Amino acid sequence: MATAHSRTAARLMVSPAVILLFLWMIVPLGMTVYFSFLRYNLLTPGTSFAGLDNYYYFLTNAAFWDALVNTITLVVGVLLITVFGGIGLALLLDQPMWGQGIVRVMVIAPFFVMPTVSALVWKNMFMNPVNGMFAHIAKALGFAPYDFLAHAPLLSIIVIVAWAWLPFSTLILLTALQSLDREQQEAAEMDGASTLSRFWYLTVPHLTRSITVVILIQTIFLLSVFAEILVTTNGGPGTASTNIPYLVYAQSLLSFDVGGGSAGGIVAVILANIVAFFLMRMIGKNLDA
Amino acid sequence: MGKITLTSVRKSFGEVDVIPSLDLSIEDGEFVVFVGPSGCGKSTLLRLIAGLEDTTSGSISIDGQDATDLPPARRGLAMVFQSYALYPHMSVKKNIMFPLKMAGMDVAEAEAKVANAAKILNLTNYLDRKPGQLSGGQRQRVAIGRAIVREPKAFLFDEPLSNLDAALRVNMRQEISELHQTLKTTMIYVTHDQVEAMTMADKIVVLNAGRIEQVGSPLELYRSPANTFVAGFIGSPKMNLITGAEAAKHSATTIGIRPEHLDIVADGPWQGVVGLSEHLGSDTFLKVAVAGMEPITVRAGGELNLHHGDRISLAPQAGKLHRFGADGKTLA
Repeated sequence: MATAHSRTAARLMVSPAVILLFLWMIVPLGMTVYFSFLRYNLLTPGTSFAGLDNYYYFLTNAAFWDALVNTITLVVGVLLITVFGGIGLALLLDQPMWGQGIVRVMVIAPFFVMPTVSALVWKNMFMNPVNGMFAHIAKALGFAPYDFLAHAPLLSIIVIVAWAWLPFSTLILLTALQSLDREQQEAAEMDGASTLSRFWYLTVPHLTRSITVVILIQTIFLLSVFAEILVTTNGGPGTASTNIPYLVYAQSLLSFDVGGGSAGGIVAVILANIVAFFLMRMIGKNLDA
Repeated sequence: MGKITLTSVRKSFGEVDVIPSLDLSIEDGEFVVFVGPSGCGKSTLLRLIAGLEDTTSGSISIDGQDATDLPPARRGLAMVFQSYALYPHMSVKKNIMFPLKMAGMDVAEAEAKVANAAKILNLTNYLDRKPGQLSGGQRQRVAIGRAIVREPKAFLFDEPLSNLDAALRVNMRQEISELHQTLKTTMIYVTHDQVEAMTMADKIVVLNAGRIEQVGSPLELYRSPANTFVAGFIGSPKMNLITGAEAAKHSATTIGIRPEHLDIVADGPWQGVVGLSEHLGSDTFLKVAVAGMEPITVRAGGELNLHHGDRISLAPQAGKLHRFGADGKTLA
């Protein structure tokens, strides 16, 4: 069947889809690259060639380094919470209990709430220093209410984003736990392994592949967290909760600097690729075999 | 040492009695096989002895010590699982060493034990491989190796050969028997295959619906089955069980005759027509329809030239006829 002729035909058949997808990606990327070399501000008419000026200004902007550190803190913070929290929750949900089905659906529910909504709920109903639940609890216990979003903006955003992603990691790790062979556990039990060593020598190695998947997928999405920041802190106070996507947004749409924003976008793409490269090298080998 | 005694052990899952009160004694160094049809509770019984299931009532003692409430690890037994249950991310060496590591044994000593076990089981060249890179028979040997290094009081095997192909099964069967000769440790072996039971056991325990039907050496069970169940289960092809008028002639409800104890003669008491003949080379199995009786299986010589529709006459060998009463039990 797989003669040269049928292979050519197959290529021809799939080419419309491939070409469309390729254009879908390359046209916006090409335009962004093009804009990033232009002096292009929406407040001043006309454009002119700027060379590498946009990149120079973007990378030497003090806000860029803050944003870079914030981006990394956000990603690492959320990953830590979701991986460890996810393992814990998955272990709990794997225990036989009454109402297991309903509990599992409820645990997964946060993932279906869109980021803007969940962030607003957190902002107004929990973290608000006057009306928020946390403020009420603090007052009931005799403490002064804490203004989370003003005093610990990045941490608050990490909590909000982690809350939304915890179900995802829990779900993936739970399915992995359920595929753990029962006879292996029993064999280890007969071999004299305690609950803790069974967890360490059997469960953890069994979960590494799923943890890898969780880390890879989440990193991709966490690098581009935006909605949660926009509706809660607007990147502030100052640049305390500005990450790179938010900085690109601020540059191009708040300062109307399309050229600078495009340069920022390209920098973000390059950074994401660097992260992806190291991530794949570090933990991608877990996915082999 | 490895004497295991079960006293009125009972196991129920909710409402269902899987094992209604059962007594059994296993002597030190014996090779005991639990055999029975699937769902007869033989694996549950093994898991009760291992401690992987809790008894509902009754007691289990190992070497005279009450072990009913001991956790599996402290019973000093080792188990080989049907799926082998190897740890997939560990090398063969680490798999075999795992129980020793859990026991906190000195590394040098543990390595020596692993090397020794690997030598016994022909695994020395595979110590650095992962279980995924081994064949079924090799995995089986690793699982046995993991059991050997612990020097347990008894080995428990849960249908260990059912995942292997026929040729390998015969090999492994012999290897396990030889291992028993070398180690002289008590072994309890669960299978649904009566051939495995007959070939390996010192003592067979025939189970049916959680009850022990009969306990005895393979030949005892073959020669004098206690009831129709054991008679039909032990031996291949199955014993012919005949009811009705022919049985009444021998003043029994059922009579049994093994296929190999029927002779084809010129003028026997039973006249029949050959239905199916299976030529195996060494033997020929004939299905014979005799008027007024159930279809009869006959084991005859290999060079026999009989075919569908041929009329033959059969005679049971003297003294080989088994008589069973209305309750299925053997009549004296």
